[in-house]
Amino acid sequence: MNTTHPLSRRLILQAGAASAVLGAPGILLAQPKPVKVGLVHPVSGGLAYSGGQSRMGAQMAIDEINAAGGIKAMGGAKLEALLGDSQSRPEVGVSEVERMEQDGVAAYLGCFASSIALPATQAAAKYNTPFLIDVGASDLIVNRGLKNVFRLKPGFGKCVDDAIVALGDINKGAGGLAKTAVLVHEESEFGTGTAKLLAGKLPGINIQPLETIKHANPTRDFSNIALRIKGLKPDLVIMSNYQNEYVLLARTLAQQKVDVAAMFSVLGGGFNYKLVKEQPDVAHYMMDFNHWFNPKNAKAQALKKQVEAKGGLFTFEVYLSYNCIMLYADALQRAATADKEKVIAALASSTWMPEVMPYGPTKFVNGQNEGGRGALLQASKTDIDVVAPEQFASAKPVYPRPKM
Amino acid sequence: MDANIIAAAAINGLLLGGIYTLVASGLTLIYGVLHIINFAHGSMLMLAMFGVYYLLTLLGIDPYLSMFIMVPAMFLLGYLLYKGLIGRLSSGKDENILLVTLGLSILIENLALMFFKGDSRTILVSYSDTMIEVGPAFVPLPKLISFAVAMALCAALGLFIQRTDTGRAIRAVAKERVGAQLVGIDVDRIFAISYGIGLATLGAAASLMMPIFYVSPTVGHVFVLVAFTVVVLGGMGSFLGAVVGGLIIGLTESFGGLFLGESMGQIGISLIFILILLFRPSGLFGAKT
Repeated sequence: MNTTHPLSRRLILQAGAASAVLGAPGILLAQPKPVKVGLVHPVSGGLAYSGGQSRMGAQMAIDEINAAGGIKAMGGAKLEALLGDSQSRPEVGVSEVERMEQDGVAAYLGCFASSIALPATQAAAKYNTPFLIDVGASDLIVNRGLKNVFRLKPGFGKCVDDAIVALGDINKGAGGLAKTAVLVHEESEFGTGTAKLLAGKLPGINIQPLETIKHANPTRDFSNIALRIKGLKPDLVIMSNYQNEYVLLARTLAQQKVDVAAMFSVLGGGFNYKLVKEQPDVAHYMMDFNHWFNPKNAKAQALKKQVEAKGGLFTFEVYLSYNCIMLYADALQRAATADKEKVIAALASSTWMPEVMPYGPTKFVNGQNEGGRGALLQASKTDIDVVAPEQFASAKPVYPRPKM
Repeated sequence: MDANIIAAAAINGLLLGGIYTLVASGLTLIYGVLHIINFAHGSMLMLAMFGVYYLLTLLGIDPYLSMFIMVPAMFLLGYLLYKGLIGRLSSGKDENILLVTLGLSILIENLALMFFKGDSRTILVSYSDTMIEVGPAFVPLPKLISFAVAMALCAALGLFIQRTDTGRAIRAVAKERVGAQLVGIDVDRIFAISYGIGLATLGAAASLMMPIFYVSPTVGHVFVLVAFTVVVLGGMGSFLGAVVGGLIIGLTESFGGLFLGESMGQIGISLIFILILLFRPSGLFGAKT
């Protein structure tokens, strides 16, 4: 009497389990396992704005892929974002990678800052998990021989090389009027490295660097630097600073009426739509060589409208992250599996065309896409235009800029 | 070096010092008079700057006019914060206040990140780029205004502390808390008023700084260490000290930048901080203990 009751309950449970298992194949066929993509971005801390922009771009791509029926070659498998926050700190970036491995991540996207990308990619390499770099300028990220790391955008060195060519062309077109330049840079690796590379390459386009001025982060006042630049009377001012100092410096140079042929920057930290919107007179005619979308591409313009409709800005983080997810989706489609080894092979042999960017088809050499390039940009009072390369240009450069 | 450049650097340094004085004046009251190390000073400045930013962008109120809103608003915030939170959690112990204000600053900064996002914002007003010739230097009008108002504000605060009943009560509480209580001063209220005034000065500082500077959730860090240095240099609780200390630090930064480069030049500020602590811990105008 006492034993019948638990037995009958077990029987019921077993019957239930059996029916669940028997019914499962149908459900499994209809609903393939989602592919988990770990987004390792700094959405809090000092880099929170950029991290948020990157996350937005990635989410837009994931939503678009899922709405279009997922990865076709995988039976319509959907992409699922695992949201991470590196808190703008390298060690947290690493722990996010470890956490996501436990959650069954298939690939990572990140990390905005090189300092976070370097250890995070290394952590992912232990598990041979593909890691797509959306933003992260240091060439060390792809120079360490890690097979799992892929960077779609051009690195630091190539950006400086291309910027020098673009500046050389534009100056040559104006009869070589600029012969001297003053470089102003922030003191960390980004500013110092860029200024050093530029100072070495400027003589090659017949522009002599007169002086290289380094400043601290934060610098609260640029009046003295403006005075020094005024005293040196250069033809160009070339800046490499982060957002806050970029804006303060540009504003002070404009206020002090420092007359030059161009204010030019490479990967300028504060050169964006916000500068144009908030300080149109300061931004007007400023030039920057940076990652940018292809303004002639309808898809890019549609994405821009989509972001702006939500009250956001279509910054480089958004479309670089968007494109990295699209690149990964293409690799999944060709590999027809989320198997890490096979996806890495598919990424390595990728010839995907990122039409939203002014890029050619992808060609990865040691994880670095050699088909990517930046664009020469110039601000007007209301917009930012691509002024070179010509096939993507939405306006002609104004060089030299009118006298102040 | 050209004498004109040196003179211009001196003018720039003094104007920069004016901004430091502004930020330090509230801190010297809170830190100096009441011995509260207000770690939330930077994040409160940030909050006030966002207030000025939104008053302009949403309601079209000029930053200088917004002072008439921001000063009472920040006073009220300070008063209520002290009454409702800091005073209660501190249980009369200075070290508790330190931890409470530190916690507050972390909370406020992260809330700001959540609501305002991490990017920096600037404002543009019709007089932003109006330049005035001062000797050999061209100076933006908002910097001159901020300098003049900072000086006036410190003078007014000094007079308030010296001449009014509330000022006397603040000084009495600062010198002898128990004695003040015995003669009928509501010590807790005086603490709250002082904290309120300290924050009210940040309301004024924010209005004067927004036409010159940018605001972001971390903008407080840019000024708070310098403000502490100014307070230590000038003497805790001394408004004259805040003015002289602010100007000295401004000049040090300007000349340091000129002669050592902008990167190395900022060493001067830390050097002054260490030297003052070593040789004159009470500061230039502070009362010797």
